[in-house]
Amino acid sequence: MEPYETREHDVLVIGAGGAGLRAAIEASAMGCSVGLVTKSLLGKAHTVMAEGGVAAALAHVDPQDGWETHFRDTMKGGSFLNHWRMAQLHAQEAPDRVRELERWGALFDRTADGRILQRAFGGHTWKRLAHVGDRTGLEMIRTLQDKGVHMGIEVYMEYTITRLFKDGDRIAGAFAYRRSTGEFVLFRAKAVVIATGGVGKGYRITSNSWEYTGDGQALAFEAGAELIDMEFVQFHPTGMVWPPGVMGILVTEGVRGEGGILRNARGERFMWKYLPEARRSEYAADEDEARRWVEAAVAGEQTQDRRPPELSTRDNLARAIYTEVKEGRGSPHGGVFLDISYLPAERVKRKLPSMYHQFVELADVDITKQPMEVGPTTHYMMGGVRVEPDTGAATVKGLFAAGEAAGGMHGANRLGGNSLSDLLVFGRRAGAGAAEYAKGASMAQVSQAEIEAEMRDLLAPFERTQGESSYELHQALQDLMQGHVGIFRAEAELEKALEGLGQLRRRWAQIRVEGSRTYNPGWHLVRDLRNLLVVSEAITRSALLRKESRGAHSRLDHPHPDPELGRVNMCTVKAADGMKVSPTPLPEMPVEIKTLFETAKEKV
Amino acid sequence: MSATRGGGEALLRVFRGDARGGQEVEYRVPIETGMVVLDAIHWVQAHQAPDLAVRWNCKAARCGSCSAEVNGKPALMCKSRMDSFPADQPITVRPMRTFPVLKDLVTDVSWNYEVNKRIPAFKPRPDAEWRWLQSDIDRAQEFRKCIECFLCQDVCHVLRSHELKHQFAGPRFLVRIAGLEMHPIDGEDRAPFLKDTAGIGLCNITQCCTEVCPENIRITDNAIIPLKERVVDRFYDPLQMVWRKITGKNTP
Repeated sequence: MEPYETREHDVLVIGAGGAGLRAAIEASAMGCSVGLVTKSLLGKAHTVMAEGGVAAALAHVDPQDGWETHFRDTMKGGSFLNHWRMAQLHAQEAPDRVRELERWGALFDRTADGRILQRAFGGHTWKRLAHVGDRTGLEMIRTLQDKGVHMGIEVYMEYTITRLFKDGDRIAGAFAYRRSTGEFVLFRAKAVVIATGGVGKGYRITSNSWEYTGDGQALAFEAGAELIDMEFVQFHPTGMVWPPGVMGILVTEGVRGEGGILRNARGERFMWKYLPEARRSEYAADEDEARRWVEAAVAGEQTQDRRPPELSTRDNLARAIYTEVKEGRGSPHGGVFLDISYLPAERVKRKLPSMYHQFVELADVDITKQPMEVGPTTHYMMGGVRVEPDTGAATVKGLFAAGEAAGGMHGANRLGGNSLSDLLVFGRRAGAGAAEYAKGASMAQVSQAEIEAEMRDLLAPFERTQGESSYELHQALQDLMQGHVGIFRAEAELEKALEGLGQLRRRWAQIRVEGSRTYNPGWHLVRDLRNLLVVSEAITRSALLRKESRGAHSRLDHPHPDPELGRVNMCTVKAADGMKVSPTPLPEMPVEIKTLFETAKEKV
Repeated sequence: MSATRGGGEALLRVFRGDARGGQEVEYRVPIETGMVVLDAIHWVQAHQAPDLAVRWNCKAARCGSCSAEVNGKPALMCKSRMDSFPADQPITVRPMRTFPVLKDLVTDVSWNYEVNKRIPAFKPRPDAEWRWLQSDIDRAQEFRKCIECFLCQDVCHVLRSHELKHQFAGPRFLVRIAGLEMHPIDGEDRAPFLKDTAGIGLCNITQCCTEVCPENIRITDNAIIPLKERVVDRFYDPLQMVWRKITGKNTP
């Protein structure tokens, strides 16, 4: 039998981005022994890529702001498919979580009177995003990392978790390999927190790093947990489109928050055309009003002027840009123009330094002088592990989830800036939930037979003498999802994708790996691919069932929202004969929460 | 440099091997417009050497994972444009030399994380007001731009040639300490740590670290020299020594 090492922790946190780190800190502070597992080095998780800011109703810049408005914006942005309780906790607790980061040493940009500065973002009524230039995520992850390393959390860098183990109906641990050596490790744990982020690597054009392969969603699914809202994949409207090597790399919404203007090849500022009628009154009526809003923002002044149409929600912008390009009004490389060059160069460089360098160094474009070319890029998974809002508990005992890997918080579409606040608020809650559970639980048993079966599975690709490489299969999957399960969807396309996924699953079982177990990326990709195949199927099946257009999910064959479908989440579970997706009712909003919309004259 | 140049082929010489040794292996890679060295390495992985080990994450110069030595110069592979090298010469890609090789282009950088753990943490002054101006934090924010690519550690001759990892924390962590020391309300005293554990005296300000920093942090001028001054003021300034003797306080 293959050898393996055994490690034990009260709480095992999988993923060391913002949510995982925040969960680990909380569980450790509550007295638990915590293991924190990451596929990368510490501090490299996708959170470092978050640019524009963290949304919290601190009301430093716009004193009218408060949690109720943030809550309403979040629910509207999510087309009311969000779990109301998550959106409520999120809006209420985000300011404390941001202030807490400051207490731990984070240095956010300042207002003139020395408080945390906030900037405008799409779908947010007021200027709400605490930020550090365009590297907010880096500041957050470094602050959490530095806090965490002094707490005695055991960090397992460059480990991949391949499977969760159960003892009866409760979590008993997880299996892993060490990426550097290929050695196996069994983690025994009373509670497991999934904080593995998103699924973007299933698509060809994505802002996501190699790590984003849906590991947490797939691990939870295989362990019998419910996933929800998997049809809702956010395509960020502004990714780089040129040159080819950087296609998909994110262009922060901060560019638009600072006044960036979108134009098509004819020079038309097209976003006015695409504003939903119900929301039109929230946006500037014309170029003059939009310009006055930007001038006030630059001067740090209050204004009665309404925000520019470029600050509509991401789902809306992504569809608009896609449509402009498809109808022949795109830029030379198949995007549209995003222009911030009309502002003073010094301001652009100070507020958007990373964007400035990114474009100069990778695309030979000076954004203080020329417009950028941008187009939609796969960015964020709204769906994920179904959790109990207050504790982050999944539907399997001892399993918890937080951040992008969890579903429910963002509904059908996430607002920019709400992910960083999400991972702080629910990272902390899941860490606390797991610690609380672990304190009342004993260490469960892991079946030896299951361990041995897992090791055989992991090593099987080395034993095949023929078969294709994992890279080929990955490319085929990305092309399939990009081509058939993208921004606009239709029944026939989705059926084709489902059939294609079936073929890919059969090909996956025949992958051959060359070389040794020592730091072998070809081998690592095999497991990542298995997870991607699971989440891709969940996305496709959920998208098939949702015969309407809502938020980030747009069906060409069902172009309007269906009120009936607005009352359900699509729920994915593992059944005896494979994956099963079915609608489950949305949790009922209590009267006092509904009232929040009535007083604001909004319709629920 | 032009983004419009594509076509043709590049010859890559990539180190293949592990802790026991290895050699450079040649790969021919088709060139696409705007391609970077990391793209070329990925192309080799997908088409010629599926087990070629490389560490990377964001491919946008944000995470600092893909550090290597390209034509002998420490650099992020995701920022090294193929068209910045002479088209008729091979491009050599080797792992960072200062750290032990795990495999191919991947090195064991765990020592850095051990150093980080020992740095005295942020400690706000109990009486401090949590309000400060942007101008109060511009300098500390510069240090917090660090993406921990460890290229400065790789190029630093105290670590690279003299192998004094046990005596010297290296530029990355002097930058981190500078960020803490220049936080407007930090009250921790790191001067003894800087002198005795971080070994700041070993740096003889050759600026090599500043030259390779992908975030353009002015490591030597803005971080290390002011920290050196703090240590000198504290431990070697005769006037301050007298002051401390009389008053029992650290700074006048």
